[in-house]
Amino acid sequence: MLEIKNLKKSFSGRVILDNMNVTVKDREVLSIVGPSGAGKTTLLRCITGLEKADSGEFLIDGQAFNPQGTDTSDSVIGVVFQDFNLFPHLSVFDNITLAPTMVLKKDKNEAKAEAENLLAELGLKGKGDLYPFQLSGGQKQRVAIARALAMHPKILCYDEPTSALDPNLRREVEKLILGLKQDGMTQLVVTHDMEFAKNIADDILEVSSLDKLNQK
Amino acid sequence: MSLSYISEILPSLFQGASLTLQLFFWTLIGSLPLGIVVSLGLTSNIKPIRWVLDFYVWLMRGTPLLLQLIFVFYGLPIIGVVFQRYDAAVFAFILNYGAYFAEIFRGGLQSIDNGQYESARVLRLSYWQTIRKIVIPQVVKIVLPSVGNEVINLVKDSSLVYVIGLGDLLRAGNVATSRDVTLVPLLLVGIIYLILVGICTYLLHKVEQRYSYYK
Repeated sequence: MLEIKNLKKSFSGRVILDNMNVTVKDREVLSIVGPSGAGKTTLLRCITGLEKADSGEFLIDGQAFNPQGTDTSDSVIGVVFQDFNLFPHLSVFDNITLAPTMVLKKDKNEAKAEAENLLAELGLKGKGDLYPFQLSGGQKQRVAIARALAMHPKILCYDEPTSALDPNLRREVEKLILGLKQDGMTQLVVTHDMEFAKNIADDILEVSSLDKLNQK
Repeated sequence: MSLSYISEILPSLFQGASLTLQLFFWTLIGSLPLGIVVSLGLTSNIKPIRWVLDFYVWLMRGTPLLLQLIFVFYGLPIIGVVFQRYDAAVFAFILNYGAYFAEIFRGGLQSIDNGQYESARVLRLSYWQTIRKIVIPQVVKIVLPSVGNEVINLVKDSSLVYVIGLGDLLRAGNVATSRDVTLVPLLLVGIIYLILVGICTYLLHKVEQRYSYYK
Protein backbone atom coordinates (compact mmCIF):
# COMPACT_ATOMS: atom_id res chain seq x y z
CA MET A 1 0.00 0.00 0.00
CA LEU A 2 1.27 3.42 -0.97
CA GLU A 3 0.46 6.35 1.28
CA ILE A 4 1.33 9.97 0.75
CA LYS A 5 0.57 12.37 3.54
CA ASN A 6 0.42 16.16 3.60
CA LEU A 7 2.27 16.60 0.36
CA LYS A 8 3.10 20.19 -0.49
CA LYS A 9 4.73 21.48 -3.62
CA SER A 10 5.12 24.99 -4.98
CA PHE A 11 7.03 26.48 -7.88
CA SER A 12 8.60 29.88 -7.21
CA GLY A 13 6.01 30.85 -4.64
CA ARG A 14 3.00 29.48 -6.50
CA VAL A 15 1.44 26.64 -4.56
CA ILE A 16 0.55 23.73 -6.84
CA LEU A 17 -0.24 21.05 -4.29
CA ASP A 18 -1.13 21.62 -0.69
CA ASN A 19 -2.01 19.20 2.08
CA MET A 20 -2.44 16.44 -0.49
CA ASN A 21 -3.16 12.93 0.73
CA VAL A 22 -3.06 9.92 -1.56
CA THR A 23 -3.59 6.27 -0.76
CA VAL A 24 -3.27 3.41 -3.22
CA LYS A 25 -4.29 0.06 -1.83
CA ASP A 26 -2.54 -3.13 -2.84
CA ARG A 27 -3.73 -4.66 -6.12
CA GLU A 28 -5.94 -1.70 -6.79
CA VAL A 29 -5.96 0.98 -9.43
CA LEU A 30 -6.16 4.61 -8.38
CA SER A 31 -6.93 7.21 -11.02
CA ILE A 32 -5.95 10.79 -10.51
CA VAL A 33 -8.13 13.10 -12.58
CA GLY A 34 -8.59 16.80 -12.92
CA PRO A 35 -8.35 19.65 -15.40
CA SER A 36 -5.03 20.42 -17.00
CA GLY A 37 -2.90 22.67 -14.89
CA ALA A 38 -4.40 21.35 -11.67
CA GLY A 39 -1.19 19.61 -10.68
CA LYS A 40 -1.87 15.97 -11.61
CA THR A 41 1.45 15.60 -13.35
CA THR A 42 3.27 17.51 -10.62
CA LEU A 43 1.82 15.10 -8.09
CA LEU A 44 3.03 12.16 -10.16
CA ARG A 45 6.47 13.74 -10.57
CA CYS A 46 6.76 14.15 -6.81
CA ILE A 47 5.79 10.53 -6.23
CA THR A 48 8.28 9.29 -8.82
CA GLY A 49 11.07 11.50 -7.51
CA LEU A 50 11.43 13.65 -10.62
CA GLU A 51 10.46 16.69 -8.55
CA LYS A 52 11.36 17.27 -4.94
CA ALA A 53 8.34 17.82 -2.72
CA ASP A 54 8.51 20.79 -0.36
CA SER A 55 7.19 18.61 2.42
CA GLY A 56 5.22 15.43 2.91
CA GLU A 57 5.55 11.81 3.91
CA PHE A 58 5.95 8.87 1.55
CA LEU A 59 5.15 5.41 2.89
CA ILE A 60 5.14 2.05 1.19
CA ASP A 61 3.59 -0.77 3.25
CA GLY A 62 3.94 1.49 6.27
CA GLN A 63 7.68 2.05 5.67
CA ALA A 64 8.95 5.50 4.79
CA PHE A 65 10.89 5.84 1.53
CA ASN A 66 12.54 8.66 -0.33
CA PRO A 67 11.28 8.96 -3.92
CA GLN A 68 14.52 10.72 -4.86
CA GLY A 69 16.71 8.24 -3.02
CA THR A 70 19.29 6.14 -4.80
CA ASP A 71 19.10 3.26 -2.37
CA THR A 72 17.58 0.06 -3.80
CA SER A 73 15.04 0.08 -0.94
CA ASP A 74 13.79 3.39 -2.34
CA SER A 75 13.23 1.76 -5.70
CA VAL A 76 9.56 1.02 -5.31
CA ILE A 77 7.97 3.01 -8.13
CA GLY A 78 7.89 2.17 -11.82
CA VAL A 79 6.95 4.82 -14.37
CA VAL A 80 5.35 4.69 -17.80
CA PHE A 81 5.78 8.10 -19.38
CA GLN A 82 3.26 9.81 -21.60
CA ASP A 83 5.64 9.63 -24.58
CA PHE A 84 7.12 6.36 -23.27
CA ASN A 85 10.70 7.73 -23.49
CA LEU A 86 12.16 4.48 -24.73
CA PHE A 87 15.87 4.54 -25.52
CA PRO A 88 15.88 4.75 -29.33
CA HIS A 89 19.39 3.37 -29.80
CA LEU A 90 18.70 0.20 -27.83
CA SER A 91 16.75 -2.85 -28.92
CA VAL A 92 13.58 -3.79 -27.04
CA PHE A 93 15.56 -6.39 -25.08
CA ASP A 94 18.28 -3.90 -24.17
CA ASN A 95 15.70 -1.29 -23.18
CA ILE A 96 14.25 -3.77 -20.71
CA THR A 97 17.46 -5.36 -19.42
CA LEU A 98 19.69 -2.25 -19.15
CA ALA A 99 18.59 -1.19 -15.66
CA PRO A 100 18.28 -4.72 -14.19
CA THR A 101 21.84 -5.56 -15.30
CA MET A 102 23.42 -2.19 -14.46
CA VAL A 103 21.51 -1.23 -11.33
CA LEU A 104 20.40 -4.54 -9.83
CA LYS A 105 23.58 -6.25 -11.14
CA LYS A 106 21.51 -9.08 -12.54
CA ASP A 107 23.12 -11.69 -14.76
CA LYS A 108 22.64 -10.85 -18.45
CA ASN A 109 21.03 -14.16 -19.40
CA GLU A 110 18.77 -14.14 -16.42
CA ALA A 111 17.65 -10.59 -17.21
CA LYS A 112 17.02 -11.53 -20.81
CA ALA A 113 14.99 -14.60 -19.87
CA GLU A 114 12.90 -12.43 -17.61
CA ALA A 115 12.47 -9.84 -20.37
CA GLU A 116 11.28 -12.59 -22.70
CA ASN A 117 8.63 -13.62 -20.18
CA LEU A 118 7.47 -10.03 -19.76
CA LEU A 119 7.24 -9.54 -23.51
CA ALA A 120 5.26 -12.73 -23.92
CA GLU A 121 2.85 -11.69 -21.17
CA LEU A 122 2.35 -8.32 -22.83
CA GLY A 123 1.73 -9.84 -26.26
CA LEU A 124 5.08 -8.80 -27.70
CA LYS A 125 6.60 -12.23 -28.18
CA GLY A 126 9.37 -12.16 -30.78
CA LYS A 127 9.70 -8.36 -30.78
CA GLY A 128 12.76 -8.31 -28.55
CA ASP A 129 15.29 -7.65 -31.29
CA LEU A 130 13.37 -4.76 -32.85
CA TYR A 131 14.17 -1.12 -32.17
CA PRO A 132 11.62 1.38 -30.81
CA PHE A 133 11.18 3.11 -34.19
CA GLN A 134 9.93 -0.19 -35.63
CA LEU A 135 7.07 -0.43 -33.13
CA SER A 136 3.59 1.07 -33.12
CA GLY A 137 2.53 3.45 -30.35
CA GLY A 138 0.68 0.76 -28.44
CA GLN A 139 3.64 -1.60 -28.69
CA LYS A 140 6.01 1.10 -27.46
CA GLN A 141 3.78 1.62 -24.46
CA ARG A 142 3.88 -2.06 -23.64
CA VAL A 143 7.67 -2.09 -23.94
CA ALA A 144 7.74 0.88 -21.53
CA ILE A 145 5.57 -1.16 -19.15
CA ALA A 146 7.86 -4.17 -19.49
CA ARG A 147 10.90 -1.95 -18.86
CA ALA A 148 9.32 -0.61 -15.67
CA LEU A 149 8.17 -4.05 -14.48
CA ALA A 150 11.65 -5.51 -14.97
CA MET A 151 12.77 -3.43 -11.97
CA HIS A 152 10.11 -5.14 -9.82
CA PRO A 153 8.36 -2.00 -8.61
CA LYS A 154 5.74 -2.25 -5.90
CA ILE A 155 3.58 0.19 -7.77
CA LEU A 156 3.35 1.20 -11.40
CA CYS A 157 2.55 4.80 -12.35
CA TYR A 158 1.24 6.05 -15.70
CA ASP A 159 1.22 9.63 -16.95
CA GLU A 160 -1.69 10.13 -19.37
CA PRO A 161 -1.47 6.62 -20.86
CA THR A 162 -4.07 7.28 -23.54
CA SER A 163 -3.02 10.67 -24.84
CA ALA A 164 -0.16 9.59 -27.13
CA LEU A 165 -2.25 6.84 -28.69
CA ASP A 166 -5.04 6.58 -31.24
CA PRO A 167 -8.42 7.08 -29.54
CA ASN A 168 -9.50 3.59 -30.62
CA LEU A 169 -6.65 2.10 -28.61
CA ARG A 170 -8.17 3.31 -25.38
CA ARG A 171 -10.00 0.02 -24.87
CA GLU A 172 -6.71 -1.83 -25.30
CA VAL A 173 -5.05 0.25 -22.60
CA GLU A 174 -7.98 -0.41 -20.28
CA LYS A 175 -7.63 -4.16 -20.84
CA LEU A 176 -3.88 -3.94 -20.30
CA ILE A 177 -4.20 -2.13 -16.98
CA LEU A 178 -6.99 -4.43 -15.76
CA GLY A 179 -4.91 -7.44 -16.85
CA LEU A 180 -1.95 -6.23 -14.80
CA LYS A 181 -4.29 -5.64 -11.89
CA GLN A 182 -5.39 -9.28 -12.07
CA ASP A 183 -1.73 -10.27 -11.93
CA GLY A 184 -1.55 -8.38 -8.65
CA MET A 185 0.00 -5.10 -9.73
CA THR A 186 -0.81 -1.93 -7.82
CA GLN A 187 -1.28 0.94 -10.23
CA LEU A 188 -1.66 4.69 -10.23
CA VAL A 189 -2.96 6.35 -13.37
CA VAL A 190 -2.95 10.06 -14.07
CA THR A 191 -5.47 10.96 -16.76
CA HIS A 192 -7.70 13.79 -17.89
CA ASP A 193 -10.13 11.29 -19.40
CA MET A 194 -12.92 10.75 -16.86
CA GLU A 195 -14.57 7.87 -18.71
CA PHE A 196 -11.28 6.03 -19.04
CA ALA A 197 -10.63 6.60 -15.33
CA LYS A 198 -14.05 5.19 -14.39
CA ASN A 199 -13.47 2.09 -16.48
CA ILE A 200 -10.17 1.15 -14.86
CA ALA A 201 -10.16 2.55 -11.36
CA ASP A 202 -11.15 1.17 -7.99
CA ASP A 203 -10.84 4.66 -6.63
CA ILE A 204 -10.70 8.09 -8.20
CA LEU A 205 -8.93 11.10 -6.78
CA GLU A 206 -9.90 14.48 -8.13
CA VAL A 207 -7.28 17.17 -8.09
CA SER A 208 -8.59 20.68 -8.45
CA SER A 209 -6.68 23.79 -9.23
CA LEU A 210 -5.38 25.80 -6.33
CA ASP A 211 -5.26 28.99 -8.36
CA LYS A 212 -8.16 30.51 -6.43
CA LEU A 213 -6.32 29.83 -3.21
CA ASN A 214 -3.24 31.44 -4.68
CA GLN A 215 -5.09 34.63 -5.52
CA LYS A 216 -6.17 35.20 -1.94
CA MET B 1 53.97 16.22 -68.26
CA SER B 2 56.35 13.34 -68.60
CA LEU B 3 56.05 10.23 -66.48
CA SER B 4 59.69 10.36 -65.55
CA TYR B 5 59.26 13.89 -64.15
CA ILE B 6 56.29 12.75 -62.12
CA SER B 7 58.14 9.78 -60.69
CA GLU B 8 61.03 12.13 -59.92
CA ILE B 9 58.98 14.47 -57.74
CA LEU B 10 56.53 11.97 -56.24
CA PRO B 11 58.85 10.85 -53.40
CA SER B 12 59.14 14.40 -52.08
CA LEU B 13 55.37 14.86 -52.36
CA PHE B 14 54.79 11.63 -50.46
CA GLN B 15 57.17 12.80 -47.80
CA GLY B 16 55.13 15.97 -47.46
CA ALA B 17 51.93 13.93 -47.42
CA SER B 18 53.30 11.78 -44.61
CA LEU B 19 53.74 14.89 -42.42
CA THR B 20 50.22 16.01 -43.35
CA LEU B 21 48.83 12.63 -42.29
CA GLN B 22 50.76 12.51 -39.02
CA LEU B 23 49.51 15.95 -38.09
CA PHE B 24 46.01 14.88 -39.10
CA PHE B 25 45.98 11.79 -36.87
CA TRP B 26 47.57 13.40 -33.81
CA THR B 27 45.17 16.31 -34.03
CA LEU B 28 42.16 13.99 -34.11
CA ILE B 29 43.49 11.81 -31.27
CA GLY B 30 43.96 14.90 -29.11
CA SER B 31 41.07 17.13 -30.09
CA LEU B 32 38.15 14.66 -30.07
CA PRO B 33 38.51 13.71 -26.37
CA LEU B 34 39.28 17.36 -25.56
CA GLY B 35 36.09 18.37 -27.35
CA ILE B 36 33.98 15.84 -25.38
CA VAL B 37 35.33 17.00 -22.03
CA VAL B 38 34.96 20.69 -22.91
CA SER B 39 31.40 20.14 -24.15
CA LEU B 40 30.42 18.50 -20.84
CA GLY B 41 31.88 21.57 -19.12
CA LEU B 42 30.07 23.96 -21.44
CA THR B 43 26.74 22.35 -20.50
CA SER B 44 27.50 22.10 -16.77
CA ASN B 45 25.73 24.15 -14.11
CA ILE B 46 28.95 25.50 -12.64
CA LYS B 47 29.25 29.04 -13.93
CA PRO B 48 33.02 29.64 -13.52
CA ILE B 49 33.74 26.51 -15.56
CA ARG B 50 31.41 27.76 -18.27
CA TRP B 51 33.00 31.23 -18.32
CA VAL B 52 36.52 29.83 -18.71
CA LEU B 53 35.46 27.41 -21.44
CA ASP B 54 33.36 30.01 -23.25
CA PHE B 55 36.44 32.24 -23.33
CA TYR B 56 38.58 29.41 -24.67
CA VAL B 57 36.08 28.63 -27.43
CA TRP B 58 35.75 32.33 -28.30
CA LEU B 59 39.53 32.73 -28.50
CA MET B 60 40.02 29.65 -30.68
CA ARG B 61 37.16 30.36 -33.05
CA GLY B 62 37.70 34.10 -33.02
CA THR B 63 41.24 34.17 -34.37
CA PRO B 64 42.69 32.60 -37.52
CA LEU B 65 44.37 29.23 -37.06
CA LEU B 66 47.33 30.69 -38.97
CA LEU B 67 47.74 33.36 -36.31
CA GLN B 68 47.48 30.76 -33.54
CA LEU B 69 50.26 28.72 -35.16
CA ILE B 70 52.50 31.80 -35.28
CA PHE B 71 51.77 32.65 -31.64
CA VAL B 72 52.43 29.12 -30.40
CA PHE B 73 55.73 28.81 -32.26
CA TYR B 74 57.11 32.37 -32.21
CA GLY B 75 55.12 33.91 -29.35
CA LEU B 76 55.19 31.36 -26.53
CA PRO B 77 59.02 31.25 -26.37
CA ILE B 78 58.86 34.87 -25.14
CA ILE B 79 57.23 33.60 -21.94
CA GLY B 80 59.57 30.63 -21.82
CA VAL B 81 57.44 27.94 -23.48
CA VAL B 82 59.43 26.53 -26.37
CA PHE B 83 57.98 24.00 -28.80
CA GLN B 84 59.67 22.19 -31.65
CA ARG B 85 58.10 23.15 -34.96
CA TYR B 86 56.13 19.92 -35.30
CA ASP B 87 55.00 19.90 -31.64
CA ALA B 88 53.91 23.51 -31.93
CA ALA B 89 51.77 22.60 -34.93
CA VAL B 90 50.15 19.61 -33.17
CA PHE B 91 49.53 21.70 -30.03
CA ALA B 92 47.91 24.57 -31.91
CA PHE B 93 45.79 22.25 -34.04
CA ILE B 94 44.52 20.25 -31.04
CA LEU B 95 43.52 23.43 -29.19
CA ASN B 96 41.83 24.88 -32.27
CA TYR B 97 39.95 21.77 -33.34
CA GLY B 98 39.06 20.89 -29.73
CA ALA B 99 37.08 24.13 -29.55
CA TYR B 100 35.15 23.42 -32.75
CA PHE B 101 34.45 19.82 -31.68
CA ALA B 102 33.32 21.05 -28.25
CA GLU B 103 30.70 23.28 -29.84
CA ILE B 104 29.52 20.44 -32.08
CA PHE B 105 29.23 18.05 -29.12
CA ARG B 106 27.46 20.72 -27.05
CA GLY B 107 24.82 20.94 -29.76
CA GLY B 108 24.50 17.15 -29.70
CA LEU B 109 24.21 17.02 -25.91
CA GLN B 110 21.50 19.67 -25.89
CA SER B 111 19.46 17.88 -28.53
CA ILE B 112 18.99 14.83 -26.29
CA ASP B 113 15.42 14.95 -25.02
CA ASN B 114 15.04 15.52 -21.29
CA GLY B 115 12.75 12.48 -21.22
CA GLN B 116 15.79 10.28 -21.81
CA TYR B 117 17.41 11.57 -18.61
CA GLU B 118 14.11 11.18 -16.72
CA SER B 119 13.65 7.61 -17.94
CA ALA B 120 17.17 6.78 -16.85
CA ARG B 121 16.56 8.42 -13.50
CA VAL B 122 13.38 6.53 -12.62
CA LEU B 123 15.20 3.33 -13.61
CA ARG B 124 17.83 4.35 -11.02
CA LEU B 125 20.75 4.60 -13.42
CA SER B 126 23.58 6.74 -12.07
CA TYR B 127 24.74 9.96 -13.79
CA TRP B 128 27.73 8.31 -15.44
CA GLN B 129 25.76 5.21 -16.44
CA THR B 130 23.26 7.56 -18.09
CA ILE B 131 25.99 9.54 -19.89
CA ARG B 132 27.80 6.41 -21.05
CA LYS B 133 24.91 4.15 -22.00
CA ILE B 134 22.14 6.57 -22.99
CA VAL B 135 23.57 9.97 -23.89
CA ILE B 136 26.93 9.45 -25.63
CA PRO B 137 25.72 6.76 -28.06
CA GLN B 138 22.90 9.05 -29.20
CA VAL B 139 25.11 12.13 -29.37
CA VAL B 140 27.66 10.34 -31.55
CA LYS B 141 25.03 9.59 -34.15
CA ILE B 142 23.74 13.18 -34.13
CA VAL B 143 27.15 14.83 -34.46
CA LEU B 144 28.72 12.49 -37.02
CA PRO B 145 27.96 14.62 -40.12
CA SER B 146 29.30 17.80 -38.50
CA VAL B 147 32.36 16.05 -37.12
CA GLY B 148 32.95 14.63 -40.60
CA ASN B 149 32.94 18.15 -42.01
CA GLU B 150 35.62 19.23 -39.55
CA VAL B 151 37.69 16.11 -40.23
CA ILE B 152 37.74 16.93 -43.93
CA ASN B 153 38.60 20.55 -43.19
CA LEU B 154 41.48 19.33 -41.09
CA VAL B 155 43.07 17.48 -44.01
CA LYS B 156 43.34 20.76 -45.87
CA ASP B 157 43.93 23.09 -42.90
CA SER B 158 47.09 21.13 -42.18
CA SER B 159 48.67 23.01 -45.11
CA LEU B 160 48.86 26.10 -42.85
CA VAL B 161 51.91 24.68 -41.11
CA TYR B 162 54.10 26.14 -43.89
CA VAL B 163 54.00 29.37 -41.89
CA ILE B 164 56.24 27.89 -39.20
CA GLY B 165 58.51 26.23 -41.73
CA LEU B 166 57.20 22.67 -41.74
CA GLY B 167 57.34 20.72 -44.98
CA ASP B 168 53.86 19.34 -45.58
CA LEU B 169 52.28 18.17 -48.84
CA LEU B 170 51.39 21.62 -50.22
CA ARG B 171 54.83 23.04 -49.42
CA ALA B 172 56.53 20.10 -51.13
CA GLY B 173 54.49 20.87 -54.24
CA ASN B 174 55.26 24.59 -53.99
CA VAL B 175 58.98 23.96 -53.77
CA ALA B 176 58.95 21.76 -56.87
CA THR B 177 56.78 24.24 -58.78
CA SER B 178 59.01 27.25 -58.22
CA ARG B 179 62.16 25.20 -58.86
CA ASP B 180 61.01 23.60 -62.13
CA VAL B 181 58.66 26.35 -63.30
CA THR B 182 55.73 24.01 -63.92
CA LEU B 183 52.29 23.56 -62.37
CA VAL B 184 52.51 19.76 -62.60
CA PRO B 185 53.60 19.30 -58.93
CA LEU B 186 50.69 21.39 -57.70
CA LEU B 187 48.33 19.43 -59.91
CA LEU B 188 49.61 16.24 -58.28
CA VAL B 189 49.23 17.85 -54.85
CA GLY B 190 45.59 18.54 -55.67
CA ILE B 191 45.07 14.94 -56.72
CA ILE B 192 46.67 13.62 -53.53
CA TYR B 193 44.42 15.86 -51.38
CA LEU B 194 41.41 14.61 -53.31
CA ILE B 195 42.43 11.01 -52.69
CA LEU B 196 42.96 11.66 -48.96
CA VAL B 197 39.61 13.39 -48.62
CA GLY B 198 38.00 10.63 -50.70
CA ILE B 199 39.26 8.02 -48.24
CA CYS B 200 38.02 10.11 -45.27
CA THR B 201 34.62 10.51 -46.88
CA TYR B 202 34.36 6.79 -47.49
CA LEU B 203 35.31 5.92 -43.90
CA LEU B 204 32.95 8.52 -42.44
CA HIS B 205 30.18 7.15 -44.59
CA LYS B 206 30.89 3.65 -43.24
CA VAL B 207 30.71 4.91 -39.66
CA GLU B 208 27.44 6.70 -40.35
CA GLN B 209 26.06 3.47 -41.82
CA ARG B 210 26.96 1.63 -38.64
CA TYR B 211 24.83 4.09 -36.70
CA SER B 212 21.87 3.97 -39.08
CA TYR B 213 20.39 0.90 -37.39
CA TYR B 214 17.94 3.15 -35.54
CA LYS B 215 16.11 6.39 -36.19
